[in-house]
Amino acid sequence: MGIRKRKAEEWVFKALMVAACLVVSSSLFLIVGTIVVKGVPYLTWDMVTQVPQGGFYIGKEGGVLNAIIGSLYLAGGATVLGLLVSIPISIYLNIYLKHGSLLGKSAKLAYDVLFGIPSIVYGAFAFSIMIWLGVRASLLGGIIAVTLLIIPILVRTLDEVIATVPRELKHAALSLGATRWEAAKVVLKQIKPGIYTAVLLAFGRGIGDVAAVLFTAGFSDNIPKYIDEPAATLPLAIFFQLSSPIPEVQGRAYASALILTIIILVIVVVSHFLSAKHSKHNL
Amino acid sequence: MLVLAIASMSFVLLIGIGLYWRASPLFETHSLWSLFSGSEWSPASGKFGFYPFIMGTLWVTFIAVVVALPLCLLTAIYLTEYAKSSVRKVILPLVNILAGIPPVIYGVWGIFFVVPIVREYVGPAFTEYSSGYTVLTGGVVLAVMIFPILVSIVSEVLRTIPKELKDASLSLGATKWETIKKVVLKRALPGVFAATVLAISRAFGETVAVLMVCGNVPLAPGSVFDGGYPLPALIANNFGEMMSIPLYDAALMFAALLLFVIIFLFNWGSRIILNRIEHKYSS
Repeated sequence: MGIRKRKAEEWVFKALMVAACLVVSSSLFLIVGTIVVKGVPYLTWDMVTQVPQGGFYIGKEGGVLNAIIGSLYLAGGATVLGLLVSIPISIYLNIYLKHGSLLGKSAKLAYDVLFGIPSIVYGAFAFSIMIWLGVRASLLGGIIAVTLLIIPILVRTLDEVIATVPRELKHAALSLGATRWEAAKVVLKQIKPGIYTAVLLAFGRGIGDVAAVLFTAGFSDNIPKYIDEPAATLPLAIFFQLSSPIPEVQGRAYASALILTIIILVIVVVSHFLSAKHSKHNL
Repeated sequence: MLVLAIASMSFVLLIGIGLYWRASPLFETHSLWSLFSGSEWSPASGKFGFYPFIMGTLWVTFIAVVVALPLCLLTAIYLTEYAKSSVRKVILPLVNILAGIPPVIYGVWGIFFVVPIVREYVGPAFTEYSSGYTVLTGGVVLAVMIFPILVSIVSEVLRTIPKELKDASLSLGATKWETIKKVVLKRALPGVFAATVLAISRAFGETVAVLMVCGNVPLAPGSVFDGGYPLPALIANNFGEMMSIPLYDAALMFAALLLFVIIFLFNWGSRIILNRIEHKYSS
């Protein structure tokens, strides 16, 4: 092949690459743009400050405060519960276990696999547990399902964060006569910003998921006062309102989608700044 | 901590067993073959044919991969081989934000952006009429959802290719693109394959976003402009009303089990490949 033809081929593929890159990176703006354009005209102060009033679902007054608070409770509860489980796990896997042990390796694989299990399967599984235990659709049920969903996320993220801490730090602590638990505390202190990032990631996933809460959290027009009451969630509220034939209700779905998108973007920005700020001061 | 780690790992097993246990009543009266090949779905008369739903899932997944893979491959090559690090630093975070956008938001975007395009422009160009709620629409929305996983994993795989290898090819007079085509991609093939399998399993389980745009017609699609009804959507749409009809919940649990088994195997296989690549790289 002549050099000119070869250069031409190079040029064509480079152009294709730039085009592909533009398509991929612009899709985020397309999505957020669509949501903003659709949602802004319907976004009112009432939407975020009121629970549904009588006749809300035929287009009368009210807002989706019940769903916003419900989602925050649910994702918050699941994140706290998930942390209580996953911090000990990742400490155990990284500090107590020898590097490269069989248990450690199979654990990593297991969490990778669990990470890939879709939320609908977690939802169905949590629902069967709930039937078995006699728990009805409630905030508690939703928290259980979402906790199952985010534990693999938390463990994997924490694992990556702990991997950035030099192993010498742990060894230094141990050689000074510290117990493994004390060494773990040293490492934990080092990875604090990483924990925040993991929390935000898990919280974001928890607040946005629908399939896991579809059967487990129920739906309610009230803000839940107790953990055994059904709770509305923002994604479900969007989903339900969207299927309504009434334009006003549909409009509220757009506005709710905008609220959810804003929450997610805020989480993303905050976690980005947190990790950027702290990575400077890290070892 | 050991107990926690092992308990949460064995969750993979527990989910499988739990779903199997809930689905098992179905196996007493239906052979596995009749479940897979039957195309009639009428729970009230005890007919559970999963064929249309399996086909629906395969169609949307296939379309998603066909759309996303070339785009993401080109993007990943561009980002790792050609782009300046300043470009990379802008685009990779953008793609990662995409991973944090909730499924329901993708669904809303699909309804207002992809559905009209398919209905007004793409559909009429090829068939007489298309509602826009088609497997093509579902596939395109899914494609965007798997952008992050493909771009990030393929970029990571490409980064593990030794520089010496590329330098050798370049010094023999190959152009950059020829080097990429004949050296880099060849070497990265197992990793790209693993990333694709991972993306497929992600697409397989995606529920709500697809459900909102692909029409939910319980017939095996005959073309990309037909509606489809993927397995996760089947579970999500019917979970509420299943308790009153015998075997209905077992059938839905079977659907969840099917998803779980396929996704488990896919994830497991691809993670083993990826771990091996990472291991080779780090040692």
